[in-house]
Amino acid sequence: MKKSFPVVPVLTALFAASFFVVPLIATFYFSLKMTRGELGFAAYASVFNSAEFLTTITYSTIASLVAILIGAVIIVPTAYWVRLKVPRLRPVVEFISLLPLVVPPVVLVFGYIRLFGSNSWLPLTTTTAGTDMLLVLGYVVLSMPYMFRAVDNGLAVIDIATLTEAAESLGASRLRTIATVIFPNVRAAIISGAFLTFSISLGEFVLASLLNRPAFGPYLVQLGQDRAYEPAALAIMSFGFTWGCMVLMQVFATRKPGQRWFPRLTSRPAQRTTA
Amino acid sequence: MSFLSITNAVKTFGTNTVVKGFDLAVEKGEFVSFLGPSGCGKTTVLRMIAGFERPTSGKITIDGRDVTDLAPNKRRIGMVFQAYALFPNMNVAGNIAFGLKIAGLGKAETEARVQEMLGLIGLSHLAERYPYEMSGGQQQRVALARALAPKPQVLLLDEPLSALDAKIRVSLREEIRDIQRRLGITTVFVTHDQEEAMSISDRIVVMNGGRADQIGTPSEIYNRPSTRFVAGFVGTLNVLRARLERQPQTVTVAGTSVQLAQPVRTADADGNLSLALRPEALSLRPSEGRDVAFDGLVKSVNFMGSVIRIRMDVGGEAISFDMFNSPDLVPPAVGARATAHAASRDMFELTA
Repeated sequence: MKKSFPVVPVLTALFAASFFVVPLIATFYFSLKMTRGELGFAAYASVFNSAEFLTTITYSTIASLVAILIGAVIIVPTAYWVRLKVPRLRPVVEFISLLPLVVPPVVLVFGYIRLFGSNSWLPLTTTTAGTDMLLVLGYVVLSMPYMFRAVDNGLAVIDIATLTEAAESLGASRLRTIATVIFPNVRAAIISGAFLTFSISLGEFVLASLLNRPAFGPYLVQLGQDRAYEPAALAIMSFGFTWGCMVLMQVFATRKPGQRWFPRLTSRPAQRTTA
Repeated sequence: MSFLSITNAVKTFGTNTVVKGFDLAVEKGEFVSFLGPSGCGKTTVLRMIAGFERPTSGKITIDGRDVTDLAPNKRRIGMVFQAYALFPNMNVAGNIAFGLKIAGLGKAETEARVQEMLGLIGLSHLAERYPYEMSGGQQQRVALARALAPKPQVLLLDEPLSALDAKIRVSLREEIRDIQRRLGITTVFVTHDQEEAMSISDRIVVMNGGRADQIGTPSEIYNRPSTRFVAGFVGTLNVLRARLERQPQTVTVAGTSVQLAQPVRTADADGNLSLALRPEALSLRPSEGRDVAFDGLVKSVNFMGSVIRIRMDVGGEAISFDMFNSPDLVPPAVGARATAHAASRDMFELTA
């Protein structure tokens, strides 16, 4: 029996897709119209030629990368330890990791300012380095729900208890086990978490604005108020960037160890053989 | 002095005592199996030897050294797990080399040892493969090579064959035994499969409820089970109610008088006791030495190829036995009367 073409589902999908495709196309079209009477990438060139754009995006990139590093170093051993030693506490830790989704960033940052303000016992906000540190730590907190979830899911698919015991029976210390067995096996998960963290903290506004740091988020907002065509160009670029991150996440998440980036040209004997 | 000794080991989880005073002495190069149903504590004892569990009380020594409180990574044990537990991020050679790198071996030495181990398990051609590219049997052989590579003092096998299919299970267990003999490594093997334990062990420890019910060679365990549990768990067994007719060893079983080989030890005040009889000790054909005859009704006949299993009701007692099939053999019909012959010396009293 020949299947008839699924008319209704396809129409529904197209209709739903149009809700985000049409504005996207419109924005893209608008971003090309900076020079009167012709279509071109003038708005994009204007963005890239702006010194402020380059400094803010560099600043935010560095802050995000540091946040990813700190997040991974804190979260991987924690998630591993909880799964291995105190699995009953996992729901509690999971709940804590979700708090940043419940508590708005503005509350977090006001808390920081009060706690580490000029008349506190640790006046971090009085120095640039201290404020940078607060911003990075804030990013670590904001990305915790995503990082923890990604890493925890990564740990769920490997049998960490048995792998740990196997490593120990071969003489490995706990630290060595984490470094040579656990970390490499959740690397894909860490990278997924890292891309999520990156895409969140790169354009983050509230923390950066209230801590008064020269980050990308506040620049975006400022640009939106001052200019017409450049924000559209930036929106398209950040959209492309986010999609790029998602593609990379997929690539890292599905790549198996020892797998080549591209298939071999010469054929190889069947992968699976029986004993 | 035995090589591996466990003295009065007890392990309690919360209020649940899983191992209750376990004693065992294993000689160097010996292959000992822990056999028992799930929950009998066999894996817990193995994990105590490995150091993954610390005994609540008791002592474990390896080669004269007290290891009771020693961390697992300091014990020089090799362990093979049911779930293979190969490191997914490393290929076969990397997995085998793992323990050698930790032991601080040089590059050339490590390489040579990896090749030697690959040769031992016959997988030299798969050194570059990753675990996910191999079958279960191959993975488990790699796990064995990985455990053996750093030359451990004791090899521990935790149900290594349970996840494999029947054919590979048999061939791999023979391979494990062969490698163990060649290397002369002291080995403890945990299994719930009595056939597996029988076929590869020097000695078997039958465990029940956290204790060792019986420790002995496979033939001792099978032919002279010391407890009712061992008798029932290892092989199939006919348990018959008997009554002491005359001291010291004349009993009545299903209306037939039987002269036992040993004096009766466990008859209660009314003279009741339990006798056990292996199915292979019974036959429909009378022969010399089979001095006891049970007349009864055939309840079922199961044709299983080379063997025919017959169940009979003899004076209210159910007995079952196997006969070898032969082309000229006509099995008895269900419902017919038949006579099963047994030797009184094959009947033994179930004591504990």
